[in-house]
Amino acid sequence: MIDRTVLKERFVKWVLVAFALSSLLFLFLIFIFILAEGLPLFLKVGLNKIIFGMKWAPTKGHFGIFPMIISSFLVTIGALVIGAPLGLSCAIYLSEYAGKRTRMLLKPAIELLAGIPSVVFGFLGVIYIVPLVRNYLGGSGFSLISTCLVLGVMILPTIISISFDALVSVPRTYREGSAAMGATKWQTIYKVIIPSAKSGILASFILGMGRAIGETMAVIMIAGNALKIPTSILDPLRTLTGNIALELAYATGDHRLGLFSTGVVLMVIIMILNYIANFGIKRKIAK
Amino acid sequence: MDTKIATDRLRLSFGTTEVLKSVTIKVHRNTITGFMGPSGSGKSTLISVINRMIDFENNVKIEGDATIDGTSILDGSINPIELRRRVGTVFAVPIPLPRSIFENIAYGPRLKGTSDRTTLHHIVEDSLKKAFLWDEVKDRLGTSALKLSGGQQQRLCLARTLALKPEIILLDEPCSGLDPISTAKIEDALSELKSEYTIILVSNNTKQIARISDFSAFFYLGELIEYDTTEKVFTAPAEAKTEDYIQGKFG
Repeated sequence: MIDRTVLKERFVKWVLVAFALSSLLFLFLIFIFILAEGLPLFLKVGLNKIIFGMKWAPTKGHFGIFPMIISSFLVTIGALVIGAPLGLSCAIYLSEYAGKRTRMLLKPAIELLAGIPSVVFGFLGVIYIVPLVRNYLGGSGFSLISTCLVLGVMILPTIISISFDALVSVPRTYREGSAAMGATKWQTIYKVIIPSAKSGILASFILGMGRAIGETMAVIMIAGNALKIPTSILDPLRTLTGNIALELAYATGDHRLGLFSTGVVLMVIIMILNYIANFGIKRKIAK
Repeated sequence: MDTKIATDRLRLSFGTTEVLKSVTIKVHRNTITGFMGPSGSGKSTLISVINRMIDFENNVKIEGDATIDGTSILDGSINPIELRRRVGTVFAVPIPLPRSIFENIAYGPRLKGTSDRTTLHHIVEDSLKKAFLWDEVKDRLGTSALKLSGGQQQRLCLARTLALKPEIILLDEPCSGLDPISTAKIEDALSELKSEYTIILVSNNTKQIARISDFSAFFYLGELIEYDTTEKVFTAPAEAKTEDYIQGKFG
């Protein structure tokens, strides 16, 4: 006969296994659900007409999301152009220059920044950034540049915390070896520490990109949501995520399926980004 | 004999722990001076004062003075970065930077502003030859330095230090993790280098000190117990403790 405590242990273990697997199950269900809803339209209308189609008029049978794909890429790259140098500089400061007390003050502040709901970022963007762009640069203010500015700030926590972890994990011996050869602090950072932490820093940029491309609420509040490829930084635009959020409430029939197709494209893009990020991190460990 | 490095009643403590207790020593120019003593004797700490790597530690209190060519190196006006270009260091664990063999050696000269390819090539070849490593790596200067064996990495670190054209080379137990053949190669290199440099060799291996150093210093619990020519220290030590240590009665 088996001891009661052993049975209890087994029970606890299996309950935990079931919970652990449930998250996998949810991911799988989301995957199946989006593909089931999104793929039929690809078959009906054609992959090319959706991905490279220029016209989005779902009630009239046009499901082209090319402008939105381009717009999503533009805001993501723009956010990275703003967020990456800021975030990396902040991470370098935190890991190499900041004293214990500054670090204790700054790290929670950055984590708090990550916790602010995106609607608040959107709200601040509408109240401050949009008028600022309208008054000083022109246009309506609901534009590519405003969106990039707000997203650039939103991805900071991701970039800072992951880059910081990569920088502090550079062995102390590298710093000492470099210093022993007469390198200044900045020379050591620039020539030894950053190259050693390169893959972690890249991973932080890619995860920041993932966050930027997936952001919805702040984007629909600031981007202007026009259905065209922006030709200047002051033009309004609509992203893939924005498209789904704006129209799902009233979409029916093929229109609704078209939004799921948008979701499929978005999911594929994010999966590719995640794959690249994981690949970068793995290569670092292998080294 | 000409003095290159000197300390005058040098005291050093980490917090409340005194690690060096009034050490006064004169290291002679163009010689190999061996620092020996059991762990915790303060020999590595003394090294880190001479190259000012001690700056990276917290809670350090230093009294007394240390000089190179008669000039204090503990003075606030001394730039530790300039100093470390004059005082090269080879650590116990070889620390190649995660770059190619060539770039590891060119690193120091590049920091000083040398960027000309031919000059750099010349320095790299010259340094590798002096460290007895050239023949083993001359065909693969572009491969990662991390792929070299432990003994090769340590000679790479020596070559890297030589590329800085320092006046002094400090070696902190450079052979502690090496096989006898690699050790012999490093010792051969050092013996040839002393005509150009002042070398301090910290080692737990008394036989190694006896083999290659001209002068030997024995440290124990932060004090300099005995300092004389290697011949004298090893054949007729003045202190009983030195004799016990050399004979391996404690350590």
